[in-house]
Amino acid sequence: MSTLTIADLQVSVATDQGQKQILRGVDLTIKEGEIHAIMGPNGSGKSTLAYAIAGHPKYTVDGGSITLDGEDVLAMSVDERARAGLFLAMQYPVEIPGVTNTNFLRTAKTAIDGEAPSIRTWVKDVRESMGKLRMDSTFAERNVNEGFSGGEKKRNEILQLELLKPKFAVLDETDSGLDVDALKIVSEGVNRAHQATGLGILLITHYTRILRYISPDFVHVFVAGRVAEEGGAELAERLEEEGYDRFLTGETAAV
Amino acid sequence: MEAATALTPDQHAATASGAPTTGGLPGGSKAHSDGGWDAREKGFIPVQTRDARFRSYAAAEFPAVTGHEVNWKLTPVGRIGDLIDGELSGAPYELDAPTTTGIDVSWVDRSDARVGVVGTPEDKAAANAWGSFDKALVITVSGEDEQELVLGRSAFGAAPRAAHTIIEAKPFSNAVIVLDNSGAASLVENVEIVIGDSARLTVVTVQDFDDDARYVATHFGRVGRDARFKHVVVSLGGSVVRVNPAITLAEPGADGELLGVYFSDAGQHLEQQVFLFHEAANTKGRVNYKGALQGEGARTVWIGDVLIGANASATDSYEQNRNLVLTDGTRADSIPNLEIETGDILGAGHASATGRFDDEQLFYLRSRGISESEARRLVVRGFLAEIVQKIGFAPLEERLNSAIEAELAASVGIAGSTLGRQVDGAQR
Ligand SMILES: Nc1ncnc2c1ncn2[C@@H]1O[C@H](COP(=O)(O)OP(=O)(O)O)[C@@H](O)[C@H]1O
Ligand SMILES: [Mg+2]
Repeated sequence: MSTLTIADLQVSVATDQGQKQILRGVDLTIKEGEIHAIMGPNGSGKSTLAYAIAGHPKYTVDGGSITLDGEDVLAMSVDERARAGLFLAMQYPVEIPGVTNTNFLRTAKTAIDGEAPSIRTWVKDVRESMGKLRMDSTFAERNVNEGFSGGEKKRNEILQLELLKPKFAVLDETDSGLDVDALKIVSEGVNRAHQATGLGILLITHYTRILRYISPDFVHVFVAGRVAEEGGAELAERLEEEGYDRFLTGETAAV
Repeated sequence: MEAATALTPDQHAATASGAPTTGGLPGGSKAHSDGGWDAREKGFIPVQTRDARFRSYAAAEFPAVTGHEVNWKLTPVGRIGDLIDGELSGAPYELDAPTTTGIDVSWVDRSDARVGVVGTPEDKAAANAWGSFDKALVITVSGEDEQELVLGRSAFGAAPRAAHTIIEAKPFSNAVIVLDNSGAASLVENVEIVIGDSARLTVVTVQDFDDDARYVATHFGRVGRDARFKHVVVSLGGSVVRVNPAITLAEPGADGELLGVYFSDAGQHLEQQVFLFHEAANTKGRVNYKGALQGEGARTVWIGDVLIGANASATDSYEQNRNLVLTDGTRADSIPNLEIETGDILGAGHASATGRFDDEQLFYLRSRGISESEARRLVVRGFLAEIVQKIGFAPLEERLNSAIEAELAASVGIAGSTLGRQVDGAQR
């Protein structure tokens, strides 16, 4: 049983005005097959958490730990983390000019598995996954994310999730900018990956909308760089009705 | 369309000369981009029209080169002094020219009527070569079927030499000509290219010389009515390599695509001064050069002059240069200049940027398990691929990809993350 453990995580980011603390002690434990929703207002540090897990060089870990089955994730390089089984579906996927999606996917798969996938099954897997995500076959030969619409970029992230088969995936606002149809398609992809591989998921979102299609086991409300409240799916319903005001005023009062 | 169209929403006002863009910001790139030029609206007054530069066939008419001249100021003239005004051998050299139907390759005397049809030297080195060659190499393309010729030129030798080459594409002909240059060289060459009406011609010049080779070339091109000309400069090997294409879209409907790709290693100086002259109306021009720099003293220069003449109404023109800096200790100069002498154009613009690896691209690839060195390879290959893919001649594309691969094999792992580090490559 795989476990991703985040304990007392403190993270800062370099800004023009100097180092700025964003995460102020985050505790989270995600077990294999669990779906955790992280919900919070804009600027509360959700993406910072996602990037810190993936190892983005802009973010400095000042304290705390991240471990994957006891292994120190913070000691790993960005690519080592991915090879250890972590995946980040980014809020704003990056365009890579001149590198075709096919080439990128095959290179990533080879790196993750430590050997090249057998051509025949690989080509079939890619085609099938693209079909289920309603991605036109031309996306294979296009450069990675270049000229993709917002929704197409998100589908491309989920395509990678399905093909690379990580142990844990952080999905950073995968729902933002998607119309209802695209939201369903993307959610189905996430659910497929979850069922197929027992994927553990950290689903970051601002809105409750995606939770209609992906049911969380746990909901964590994220405010000002820490978890302010935790509960089950019912907490999301409360947020849907009340919004984040309750937490924000509390925060202001506390300061 | 009456006035120039805006190309980008964030364009800024026109200046007579694009500011040189060098270096970049930490973890990013410094971009320069203009578009939507309109002579009348902006009251554009060029200092000196590019077309009005001094020209002569006689080297003696050019003053001694000091290195301060507008067309020499970024060149290491000290390393090529013997080529600029020393004695040059003008004897023919050995060629590897496979027999190709429809393409004739022969040596002709200097008195041949085709010599001087297109070009007149604009600098002392070119004039020196013009006065020194004994025989000119003439490549003539005729017929209408598509032809390909890769001309192997690897026997120039290390002694200072002058060469003169004429490429003539007869009306309606269709060919790809590759000047495949390698080996030792201390060479000054003038290449005259005549593209007849409705012809389609691609000329690729590959500089894959020995490490200590020096090559100074000017390519003069004249593109006829409704003709399509693609000109490609590929510079990889050599100590000092300077290739200056000066192409005139001389007749209505002429189309010129000027491409370049270069990879400069430690101590290498790779330069290209591109001049695209829209002389006639309804002409279309695209200039696109991309380069990578790695290693101490790696140096590149790109100057892109575009002139839209008074008669060139309904012209469409865009030029750009992008450089990718892979290590410290390099310098890339990138200077776009655009002059417009008519108010009636379809569009014109330019862009230039020199930057480091994009850290976000590297992060994205690495977050998918791809190692840092492999990620760098993908990014650089992808960056240069845009040009390589446009050449349109598959055997050469493959060769270039593996050549770039070989260059990269030497670079991978040298540069660490550039994040937060001052970019001191490419500074004056
Ligand atoms: N690279 C950065 N530079 C400066 N400030 C940043 C950077 N990344 C995040 N921040 C700041 O950190 C806070 C949290 O940002 P983020 O993690 O993106 O929040 P969320 O994803 O919850 O909207 C915000 O105030 C944001 O402005
Ligand atoms: Mg965010």
